Amino acid sequence: MQSLFQQIKAGQLWDFHGGIHPPARKQQTSQKPIGRLSLPDRLYVPLRQHIGVPGSLLVAVGQQVLKGQPLTFADNAMAVPVHAPTSGTVLAIEPHIAPHPSALPELCVVIAPDGLDQWRERYPLNLSECDRLSLLQRIQDAGIAGMGGAGFPTHLKTGAANGVDYLIINAVECEPYISADDVLMQEFATTIVKGIDILCELSGPKAVLIGIEDDKPLAIAAMQAACSQREQYLVKVVPAKYPSGGEKQLIQLLTSKEVPAGRRPLDIGIVMQNVGTVFAIAQAVLEDMPLISRIVTVVGDSLSQPQNVLALIGTPVGYLLDACGFSPEPAQRIIMGGPMMGFTLPSVSVPVVKTSNCILAPTQAELPSANNEMDCIRCGACAEVCPAVLLPQQLLWYSKAKDLDKLKEYHLADCIECGACAYVCPSEIPLVHYYRVAKAEIREQSRDELKAEQAKARFEARNERLEQDKQQRAARNQALALQRQQLMAEQQKGREIEQAQQRVGATAEPVQELSKEQIIALREQKKAEARAYQAQKAAQQSTADTAEVADNSVSSEAVTAPTAPETAADPRAAAVAAAIARAKAKKAQTEPVEAPVAAPAAAAPPATAALVTTEPVLDTRAAAVAAAIARAKAKKAQAEPAAVAVATPEPVSAPAQPPSSNPEANTPDTALASDNDREAVKRQALAAAIARAQAKRQQANTEAAIDAQASLSDERPATAPDIVAGPLAAANTAAANSTTAAEDIPAVDPRKAAIAAAIARAKAKQQLSATDPKDQA
Amino acid sequence: MSFRIASSPHNHSQQHTCVLMQKVILACIPGIACQVYFFGYGVLLQLVLAILTAWASEALVLRLRQKPVLPRLKDHSAMLTAVLLAVSIPAFAPWWVIVLGTAFAIIIVKQLYGGLGHNLFNPAMAAYVFLLVSFPQQMTSWLPPLTLQAQQQQWLDPVCAVFTDFSCAGYSLTQLKTDIDGMTMATPLDTIKTDLSTGKTLTESLQQPVFDSFGGLGWNYVNLAFLLGGLWLWQQKVIQWRIPVAVLGTLGLCSLLGFLIDPDLHASPLFHLLSGGTMLAAFFIATDPVSASTTLRGRLYYGALIGLLIYLIRSFGGFPDAVAFAVMLANLAVPLIDYYSRPRTYGHKPKGSF
Repeated sequence: MQSLFQQIKAGQLWDFHGGIHPPARKQQTSQKPIGRLSLPDRLYVPLRQHIGVPGSLLVAVGQQVLKGQPLTFADNAMAVPVHAPTSGTVLAIEPHIAPHPSALPELCVVIAPDGLDQWRERYPLNLSECDRLSLLQRIQDAGIAGMGGAGFPTHLKTGAANGVDYLIINAVECEPYISADDVLMQEFATTIVKGIDILCELSGPKAVLIGIEDDKPLAIAAMQAACSQREQYLVKVVPAKYPSGGEKQLIQLLTSKEVPAGRRPLDIGIVMQNVGTVFAIAQAVLEDMPLISRIVTVVGDSLSQPQNVLALIGTPVGYLLDACGFSPEPAQRIIMGGPMMGFTLPSVSVPVVKTSNCILAPTQAELPSANNEMDCIRCGACAEVCPAVLLPQQLLWYSKAKDLDKLKEYHLADCIECGACAYVCPSEIPLVHYYRVAKAEIREQSRDELKAEQAKARFEARNERLEQDKQQRAARNQALALQRQQLMAEQQKGREIEQAQQRVGATAEPVQELSKEQIIALREQKKAEARAYQAQKAAQQSTADTAEVADNSVSSEAVTAPTAPETAADPRAAAVAAAIARAKAKKAQTEPVEAPVAAPAAAAPPATAALVTTEPVLDTRAAAVAAAIARAKAKKAQAEPAAVAVATPEPVSAPAQPPSSNPEANTPDTALASDNDREAVKRQALAAAIARAQAKRQQANTEAAIDAQASLSDERPATAPDIVAGPLAAANTAAANSTTAAEDIPAVDPRKAAIAAAIARAKAKQQLSATDPKDQA
Repeated sequence: MSFRIASSPHNHSQQHTCVLMQKVILACIPGIACQVYFFGYGVLLQLVLAILTAWASEALVLRLRQKPVLPRLKDHSAMLTAVLLAVSIPAFAPWWVIVLGTAFAIIIVKQLYGGLGHNLFNPAMAAYVFLLVSFPQQMTSWLPPLTLQAQQQQWLDPVCAVFTDFSCAGYSLTQLKTDIDGMTMATPLDTIKTDLSTGKTLTESLQQPVFDSFGGLGWNYVNLAFLLGGLWLWQQKVIQWRIPVAVLGTLGLCSLLGFLIDPDLHASPLFHLLSGGTMLAAFFIATDPVSASTTLRGRLYYGALIGLLIYLIRSFGGFPDAVAFAVMLANLAVPLIDYYSRPRTYGHKPKGSF
């Protein structure tokens, strides 16, 4: 059993499935020498002529360029530069219709040749001196991309192909009409062999297989002669059959190997280069000639002189056609490439590019276009000729039905679009076209699927995030609730403590023994009733509006109480004031007609002070409590006015004093005013009056709320009677007034404030006494 | 100027459907000529009737389906169906038999399934089965070769027989089938079947006048003529070798086996291959692209199935010939065959080695 290598050496050939034998019609061009044309008026050099990305521009509009000067620069591996095909001026850099089935415009450098055809400096490489990398660099810099049709960057293919088994030179040229490679081999066989030498240097293959179809006897002879000195270069003559020039097919023909689906020839130790590419490599390395021209077969019955021409890259197709005697028929087709895989051009202004091997201008009679599609008769001729061993008929059904899954199952992706199936189809079904559409649909679908997947992922991520947020929020809320509960528990505790403290404060008072709040409340109630009774008596002398004022003041006291401790900073002064007030009150009691209520009111402050000792936390409640207690005290004080002299040095006491002001009205101010000048007293009195007015106004609004609050302070329902007590209330009013006054003069001098308060009270009393007679009258 | 845009390939083999159909019809000519020579020109009458009916039916249905009539008629597929049916039925069968059969083939079997390329069954064979089941007497009224007929066939006899059921001389078909000795003659296949069922050996049966030195008299030449036409089709690449080879190979192999086991009860392979519609089936019927398997391997299976069924039905079934039944049964199996005979695509591993 021979090894594969031995079999290949022995000249064995294999076969691939299917294939067709369309009339080749190569003789009309392959026997003629390569035509050299004059320079065209314009050259349109597309920046991208290969598979990959265009290089970055190096020239600007209006710039003079020399022949072979790079127009772009390859800034990454997938880029391949393009060069000025001749010397001239860059006229424009603009989109121009591109040689692509889509005929979409692509960015081109438009060059106006100057006719000098002046070369740039050239630096040929010496093969024996340069290393692998510089060779590859040269191949890239020369702008070489696969010239067989695909246009894959050659430096990448060659660079990856280190140590392959076989280097296959594709000189099959199986498409009908095309003879560009044929004439190239006929004329430049030795250069091509030098190019193969370079590739061998780069890849080091076991053997080089040069595949040529048997309908090119001259090329075969030339290549055999050129390869005669090289033992491992094997010229393999393959029978003419389309598409034996397909990469996979030629590999199968020459080595019996199959390239696994989705893999590259490199994976099975084979690299294939087109013979034109090899020639370009030789020129680039040995003569520093970048890829600026190529041989193009210009052929078809619409031309009087079909021939192969050496065309500069960028030459408009129309220029080539005209040079070959083009006389178009109606609905002429211009095909770039061969009749099997080429594409029609919408315009003759399309430029020749690196991959353009043929311009075909056939007449309708010569190549009748298949446009009479009929129903498939399931003859299976397509399956018989398919080189990829597909079932084109089934693919057609599924393409029509848009059954993309089935298309994948029947390996649509393996279709090389050679067109053999459509060529033989008796029903003239454009099978390849259906497959292209289906392939595009599959591409689109997979793109959509990808998008949908991403969208789904995004959506799920969002949902997850929202869910997390929600959970975090819930956790936070729970924690907060817990905190609140704890706080409330603490507050409850604090309240209990406070109440305890209040109780302590109450008991600490020498006069009173209020051990329990309930008892206090009850007592207060009783006292309040008593006060009310008294007040009713007193009311005979008091006016209606004072009662009103009292009403308000109860509430305003409640509101302002908390602020009082802050404002009245100096307890001593307050205490003094209170003491004075009480003294006055006592004195006043001796004159009952004038202000019967004043005394109890005067007694209130110290009591309040004693009660609201520790913390003004629960403002209203505390205030209410204070008020209640104050009233209680006041009542007591009424009983024993002297005893009230106990002055607790509490901040609240200061504002609470005012009720005692009434007696002061009659007593000479001098006692008080001795400390201050009268002017100030007057001012403060004025301020106090304003404050009262404000308080009254405010009270009108908040009264109800305060009442509610007062009733809410569950521990002290006894505060309710407050409102009943007119005279008492009047006293309280005064307290409130002074409080607000104290607020107005924010504790600049607590003593002054106290004095002011006292004065205010006095004034109030004066007023009261002034109005009383009228009312009574 | 504007240029025409087209999708590749821009080249075509110019082997169009109509050309294929034409060639198949042309390839039938030797066989038809042979039939005329041995059995009279009755077959030509049937041909004319069949083709006219086919055209009319096709045009009618295409009209109803609002499809272009003339282009479809020009693909010659209806004509081919008519030809294949016409050569399959007895030459002296009444005119309405072929008319009914052709109309059935075109309207029911072909067009109702969607027209050309969509029919599940071979239209000619489906119509044949329809006729055989519906009108067994008329469908088995094969006359013996002209040389064996007691009454000299007159010039207008086929016309009279086809249109009036009686020859110009007033003989019925049954009388025409009777030989000089007053024995009713059948086709060679029928004869053997009847004889074997009555206990005769094959050798005894072959002594009958309807047999030649090889196969049935006349039928052997008709089959050879169809073989000739088939080979020409193959040479013209209208048909591929797989189906005919599979049909004939399987039939030959089966009959050879039977013949080797018991030559007295089983006809020779040569007899099988050259009797009845064997060659017609192998080259013209089974190769009908529409109803045959589409994969290359599948076609071998398909042909082999037909060959096997022909042999089985001929030897053990109730009908003397079995081409139509075999083809129809194989037609039914085509989707299955296609599915399981998909080729290994280039670069892919064989199906089993996943």
